[in-house]
Amino acid sequence: MNPFAERKYVIGAIYGLVGLIFIIRLFWMQVIDNSYKLSAENNSRRNVVQFPARGLILDRNGKLIVYNEAAYDLMVTPFQLKAFDTIEFCNLIGLSKTDLVLALDTAKSYSAFKSSEVVKQLSAETYARLQEKLYKYPGFYVQSRTLRKYNYNIAAHLLGYVGEVDQKIIDKNPYYKTRDYIGISGLERSYEEQLRGRKGVNIFLVDVHNRVVGSYFKGKFDTASLVGSDLTTTLDADLQKYAEYLMQKMHGSVVAIEPSTGEILAMASMPTYNPGLLVGRIRQKNFRKLLLDTLNQPLFDRAVMAKYPPGSTFKLINGMIGLQEGTLKPEYSYSCFLGYHAGGLTVGCHPHHSPLSLLGGIQNSCNAYFCNVFRNIIDNKNYESVEEAYNMWRYHVLSFGFGKKLGVDLPNELNGYIPDAGYYDRYHGKGRWKSLTIVSLSIGQGELGITPVQMANMAATIANRGYYYTPHLVKGIKGQKEIDKKYREKHFTDIDTAFYSPIIEGMSLAVKGGTATIARLPDIEVCAKTGTAQNPHGEDHSIFIAFAPRNNPKIAIAVYVENGGFGATWAGPISSLLIEKYLKDTVSRPWLEEHLLKFNKPYR
Amino acid sequence: MIRKTNIFQEIDWSVVLIFITLMLMGWFNIYAAVYDEKHKSIFDFTQRYGMQLIWIGASLLLALIIMTLDVKLFSFFSYVIYGMSIGLLILVLIIGKEVNGAKAWLAIGNFSLQPAEFAKIGTALALAKFLSQYNIKINDFQTLTPISIILIIPVALIALQPDAGSILVYTAFAFALFREGLPGIVLFFGFTLIVLLFLSLVAPQLRILIVLLVLAFSAFALITRRYKESLIGLAIYIGSVGLIWGFSLLLGSKLGYYKILAFSFFLAGFAYLIIGFFRRIPLLNTFVIFMFGAIIFTNSVDYVFHEMMEEHQQKRVNILLGLESDPLGYGYNVNQSLIAIGSGGFFGKGFLQGTQTKFNFVPEQSTDFIFCTIGEEWGFLGSIVVIGLFMYLMYRIIVISERQRSTFTRIYGYSVASIFFFHFTINIGMTIGLLPVIGIPLPFFSYGGSSLWAFTIMLFILLRLDTTRTELLK
Repeated sequence: MNPFAERKYVIGAIYGLVGLIFIIRLFWMQVIDNSYKLSAENNSRRNVVQFPARGLILDRNGKLIVYNEAAYDLMVTPFQLKAFDTIEFCNLIGLSKTDLVLALDTAKSYSAFKSSEVVKQLSAETYARLQEKLYKYPGFYVQSRTLRKYNYNIAAHLLGYVGEVDQKIIDKNPYYKTRDYIGISGLERSYEEQLRGRKGVNIFLVDVHNRVVGSYFKGKFDTASLVGSDLTTTLDADLQKYAEYLMQKMHGSVVAIEPSTGEILAMASMPTYNPGLLVGRIRQKNFRKLLLDTLNQPLFDRAVMAKYPPGSTFKLINGMIGLQEGTLKPEYSYSCFLGYHAGGLTVGCHPHHSPLSLLGGIQNSCNAYFCNVFRNIIDNKNYESVEEAYNMWRYHVLSFGFGKKLGVDLPNELNGYIPDAGYYDRYHGKGRWKSLTIVSLSIGQGELGITPVQMANMAATIANRGYYYTPHLVKGIKGQKEIDKKYREKHFTDIDTAFYSPIIEGMSLAVKGGTATIARLPDIEVCAKTGTAQNPHGEDHSIFIAFAPRNNPKIAIAVYVENGGFGATWAGPISSLLIEKYLKDTVSRPWLEEHLLKFNKPYR
Repeated sequence: MIRKTNIFQEIDWSVVLIFITLMLMGWFNIYAAVYDEKHKSIFDFTQRYGMQLIWIGASLLLALIIMTLDVKLFSFFSYVIYGMSIGLLILVLIIGKEVNGAKAWLAIGNFSLQPAEFAKIGTALALAKFLSQYNIKINDFQTLTPISIILIIPVALIALQPDAGSILVYTAFAFALFREGLPGIVLFFGFTLIVLLFLSLVAPQLRILIVLLVLAFSAFALITRRYKESLIGLAIYIGSVGLIWGFSLLLGSKLGYYKILAFSFFLAGFAYLIIGFFRRIPLLNTFVIFMFGAIIFTNSVDYVFHEMMEEHQQKRVNILLGLESDPLGYGYNVNQSLIAIGSGGFFGKGFLQGTQTKFNFVPEQSTDFIFCTIGEEWGFLGSIVVIGLFMYLMYRIIVISERQRSTFTRIYGYSVASIFFFHFTINIGMTIGLLPVIGIPLPFFSYGGSSLWAFTIMLFILLRLDTTRTELLK
């Protein structure tokens, strides 16, 4: 017997061990570890995304406000790159060599096999020049995208802008992939799902040189892209444009609503910016610039975000609450000696006839009259305490849509603020405050915070004699029968319709021969109320609300001019011109326009 | 007494069956690997799969011829065949055509022949012939010298081409020698060598030296239980460290820690050898010489790697050791290969459904990386079938070798088994990322006439020898 025969086991064991190691390794690679499978998909399948064009945005008369323009992203797949003439290439695409090298390095560090962009949004001309020579530059290809383009330089805040998705969005919503566009603000964001359409994808099989060798499963998994739905807004582009024109030198806001539908006809926040600034490659730079303009805050959408005290316009609300609660009758009259004097406190007023009834009180915007009205509401003996009466008052106020978001179809609307009894309890101590303590609420001062859109909604509610539709910007979406149900529902205030009549009569008188005569139009009965809100930041805000015509109103409007002074000086003429423009389509008082354009209040 | 036997009764049919199965599987996989829509027929002779069919047909013919040859021829002409393969190896260096920087191919008309593939057969035969002489003692110097010469001549000639894969295969003969009585220590040192090689590439030399010293001293103390002598040895070593350090300070030359420690060991080592010689301490010499060898070896590896290797070779080694990851550069092949095999999953993507191999992501997919196609299209299941078949083939060859009365056949059989084993190990190990990328075919699978014919001849010589196992005594 061979003395070394036993060694066959050693040799066999070594062979067997290697076989075993291979099997374990293969089991790990093929069955347990999934990373190779993903790599394989990316390796051999090229998903060519078909980006749909975003839906158009139109005004209420079908005028095109926002449309699309083709742009071309230059993409690179680093591992297919071959040495190429960088100078010629840089000249073609208008990029410096350092930027190109940087872009390529970034792309490489992202992935060698997946494509990254080199330059975003090349123009059609550049693309045309590049396309002819692209064959010389393996690894590069062009992906077509669309960019927003604006017909009118208006309504930047409410149209909003479109940008690329960030990682947070991608993590939250699987529809979005890197480099996708999404509406970031305004209507672009509110109606993102309708406007974006649906991406399509063509799946190709590619070989190692990224050459397409066929479609994946004969296109079974390909999906066609679906163009975004067009959005018809309630805006009147001309009215919007005119509003922004009139207010070009001011800070403030205009909101005009069609009372019978709640449709927003115009909604300006001033100062504004050119919406075209926030498109494409220039967006980052311009956005930063706008953001850093802390004096003018052009990105701040005052129409739905700014909280102003309502000033004297709020007297209308107090009047109605008084009538509803029975603490006020239209014939009640109160004296005014250049103001309201009680317990060492004086609320000043301007000179006018005295005493006045309710109509006169509204017509002349008498502070003393409404101090009395308000104190009677709060000191109503039907309620056990001041708190209870106040809560009742607040309840009525909230029914006008104040103190909470109205639900406008803009993503950034704010609540506004109507303090509750608890606020005064905390501030003054429980039981330590009475009607006189908070009497400034009677004339719309104090802690009230109301947004311009809420103010315009109040005007619309009065115009409707007791109800409102949630103000909205959507009039129709292509392919959708009706707009959202919440914009087709009436919201009633808890003031009886009958009590609106004296208030409206007072507003009409204010225009015919009171504080708001500036709003008078020859053959249209306008109802209006001025407001002048004191504020800690300088000169009073000039406020004006109006609706017209008195019967069957077509437009309700609220105007704020920050630090403008008297309501009738700035906000009044703006309202009046806009009403005239909207109802008669002409402007008969060019001198008023000139007056407005001369606005010259320094904003600090 | 010589008894004639019927070849068809005695031939090991299970091996023949595996041989045919592997060849056909190889053929289908080559078809899948280079398949394209324009040439759908597997019999299209303008394509590699068509050509492979010709090679397969020729192999079967070769197998048939070998089975009809007189069995004594192989033993009788061993040295002649060896000499002829050496001749071809020399010829290829002179008139061979250069492909990818290696002069490995002899062009004969439209065909190319790779002499290195056939040289293995000649070497195996010559080795078997030499070792099967009477009264051979494998550990004798007189025996080891001719064995080394038989092995070194083809290795040196192949190194001139150069073809690293084929050189590596010659280590396979160590298994055959081991079976015939080469001390296990040689295999052990071979293994230690590989570990040291690995260590000296990934770890700083100083650290390796310290680890080696600690291991050597403690192992010596524990194995021999001569604690007193161990301590004395340690003292001698520390003394020589002090001496060398002192000298280096005196001479004003600053030797690094590594050099001080290494030189000190050589100094101390000679002292140990002298002491060991007089006091006859067992194992001391072995330990000292092992340490000398280890220090010299790690140094030479370091030198070869940094001074002699070219950058792309260094990179390949680095990738193997996981020191470098560069999916587009030198690691590209392995990366693509891993993706292809890994994406196969348990059941595979199905015949002709592989996307990685089909669209040329994997390089050399029909030759060295043919296992990718198996892994991708047939999945884990197909992979273990292939591995299983190879394991069974090698098992059968060992069984065949062991049942021989003829030493010649046994040695030849073990050589064949080990050559298969090395090709199998290196090729698949490379595709699954366990070994460096060394171009070496997978027997019976990889596209190419030379390797297929060489493996066929190699295997069928063994089968032919096996049919006469009951006839011959020698």
